[in-house]
Amino acid sequence: MTRWLYRLCVGWLCMMAISTQAATLLDKPLAQQLVASNPAQRLAAIEALGQAATPHALLVLRALSQGTVFVRPDGEVLLSGDEITNVLSGAVVAALPDDAKRVALNNRLRGALQTEMAYASLFDNSKTVKLQAAQQLQSVANPARLSILQRALSASNDSDLIAAIELAIASASLQLPDDQVRLVAIEKLGQSGLGQFKVALTALLQPSVDGSYAEPQVVREAAIVALEKIERQQKLQTWLGNIFFGLSLGSVLLLAALGLAVIFGLMGVINMAHGELLMIGAYSTYLVQTAVSEWWPAGFDYYVLIALPVAFVITASVGMLLEKTVIRWLYGRPLETLLATWGVSLILMQAVRSVFGAQNVAVVNPSWMSGGWRVMGDLVISYNRIYIFFFSLFVVALIWVILNRTRIGLFVRAITQNRRMAGCVGVPTGQVDMLAFGLGAGIAGLGGVALSQLGNVGPDLGRTYIVDSFMVVVLGGVGQLAGTVIAALGLGTLNKLIEPMSGAVIAKISILVFIILFIQKRPQGIFAPKGRSAE
Amino acid sequence: MMTATTSRFAWARQCSPMLYRPGAWMAILLVAAGFAVLPMLNLWLPADHAWYVSQHTISLIGKFICFALAALALDLVWGYAGILSLGHGLFFALGGYAHGMYLMRAAKDSPQALPDFMVFLSWDQLPWFWSFTQYPLYAWLLVILVPGLLAFVFGYFAFKSRITGVYFSIITQALTFAAMLLFFRNETGFGGNNGFTDFKWILGFDITAPETRAGLYWVSLLTLLAALVLGRYITTSKLGRVLMGVRDAESRLRFLGYEPAGFKLFVWTLSAILCGVLDVNYLGRSTTTILADFDEA
Repeated sequence: MTRWLYRLCVGWLCMMAISTQAATLLDKPLAQQLVASNPAQRLAAIEALGQAATPHALLVLRALSQGTVFVRPDGEVLLSGDEITNVLSGAVVAALPDDAKRVALNNRLRGALQTEMAYASLFDNSKTVKLQAAQQLQSVANPARLSILQRALSASNDSDLIAAIELAIASASLQLPDDQVRLVAIEKLGQSGLGQFKVALTALLQPSVDGSYAEPQVVREAAIVALEKIERQQKLQTWLGNIFFGLSLGSVLLLAALGLAVIFGLMGVINMAHGELLMIGAYSTYLVQTAVSEWWPAGFDYYVLIALPVAFVITASVGMLLEKTVIRWLYGRPLETLLATWGVSLILMQAVRSVFGAQNVAVVNPSWMSGGWRVMGDLVISYNRIYIFFFSLFVVALIWVILNRTRIGLFVRAITQNRRMAGCVGVPTGQVDMLAFGLGAGIAGLGGVALSQLGNVGPDLGRTYIVDSFMVVVLGGVGQLAGTVIAALGLGTLNKLIEPMSGAVIAKISILVFIILFIQKRPQGIFAPKGRSAE
Repeated sequence: MMTATTSRFAWARQCSPMLYRPGAWMAILLVAAGFAVLPMLNLWLPADHAWYVSQHTISLIGKFICFALAALALDLVWGYAGILSLGHGLFFALGGYAHGMYLMRAAKDSPQALPDFMVFLSWDQLPWFWSFTQYPLYAWLLVILVPGLLAFVFGYFAFKSRITGVYFSIITQALTFAAMLLFFRNETGFGGNNGFTDFKWILGFDITAPETRAGLYWVSLLTLLAALVLGRYITTSKLGRVLMGVRDAESRLRFLGYEPAGFKLFVWTLSAILCGVLDVNYLGRSTTTILADFDEA
């Protein structure tokens, strides 16, 4: 008997659950308020939905913001998503009736809608949505809604999320009458180190018109302490950020200069077309991207990995062709080589312009490279910069292994030291020259792949890097791999540290002037070769 | 190889007072005269005449003459002293800006009126380096002094510390690049990306009139001839032979007791000045020059 009753109960509960799912998304008065002609009423309805913060409310709010809520003259409210639902009855409608009118929004409503959606999103299933909502609410600071935030706080178990909601609560608590609560909130905001709270904290310090302060002494002192804390944090963030971005710029310079370090440093050939080899690498990435999205859309995320060998092969063949046809005939005449390769660079640039057009082409980051890592407070480093930094180190290691641990590397070093002697003992100098040049060019191609993930890909890409790359190689010392690495990272960091003081252009100019002066002192670079080879 | 060099020197010693052999002088003057006639054909013949030369051809050849001057300046440093400069575009541009300042001032009704680009930036007075540029003689002095001074300072440090060959080339390129970044900023006060445009008057003559154009053309031609003679004088002199020594074997020259830095500095500065001067003739048209000749150099 009891068992039977129990079963009945369970069955009834199940039915209840099912029926609520199909049943009303909104109750009738609220729905009518939501579509009322008076904007103030609609605003109130939207706020009520945010206050309720139920999944249904979120559904309706999202539909409102997307403009998929319709009203019929008889007062029925329809919501068109994957299927068209009657908001009041929960019934699914086959098609949108002709007399259904879209519920319009004005700017004020839209603003409110964003905020209320954020409140409702605190109870979404996805963590990223919740986190975003909490961050958005940090700047809203409405003390009337503290209860929702508290509810969300008790419902969440993720540390990031808890921290974000706690900050939102603190910023809302600033307007509460209780001094003690405000003091706690102020301290919390001060610890966050986020610049966005500075306005609210400064507002606490403002005297009113008659010169008296609205806040008691204790609160004001706490606010000053919190402000100082934030400013200290921000200063630290700027410094760290500058160093991070400097290293990132350095790694870009390094990638651009490494190929040159092999060609110019080891072979003594001035290749002014080096920038164009970078550009060809970037365009190869673009081609691979297009091909992959055409024939293998599922593998789009991996196109960068495919592009690496492709770009290496393409640029290496262009480089070897260049060596075979032009540079080979100009060995020992550096100035002529310089001019001839400059001509080649113009030809390559114009060729790319004719094939792909003068406009930049679009290269998209794969999903695992987009987004960023929040280091602390406001400081976010994008993933592509991090990847590229490590990629550049990887390329350095690769070159080092090739030069120091392989037979061809041995040959290259032998030829660098004494070309004729190496030839006498049977090193095929001509062939090794070509291969070494191909290696340098291929590395430029790898650099081009990396550059395409950071900036614009256009025919002028190489132009912007060639001067910098030469600077890096000259500063690091010719034929010195370690020097190149240190020069690139050093120049990048220096540049980013000067930039905030004087602006980007002046920073660049002062770097160039610095290098010119440095070369006066040490014409052979940081790591000058010792011994008789130094003239 | 050896004999060719010695015989060239021997011949140079023979005719250095004359600079060229009489036949060569004749040829040079004939060619120059041929070019000098062209604007007359443009001015005085009707447009449908068989010998008529269009305005466009005149300005094109005028441009070529300017480029010939630039080439001459480069040849002086590169061909004779073995210094490859990728930065001559900068000297060219500096001369151009100096002369352009005068032209911009002259284009306005009153010398104190601001050029258009400054009005757009809502500046209310001219920057200090624009002062006195309404006087053409002062502006032309700047044309000589500014590139000359920069070349002297830069060359002094570069040659003193014995930066040679490729390193020198790269540094000059970096210098040009830095200057280009600087001049492309609006705040620098030289019209940013757009440069100087809309010249109207030069010394009170309408700059677009065919007669003025012809005048500028002749001035260019004369400058080129003068520069040619000057260059020839230098290269056939003893100084020129030292320069060729610098080019062929700088260390040996030093061992013989010469200090190459001074010689190089002289020819380098001279070449920069030549490059700057050519702008006086080149800037008949509305141009930003700096990029154009970055390629040309």
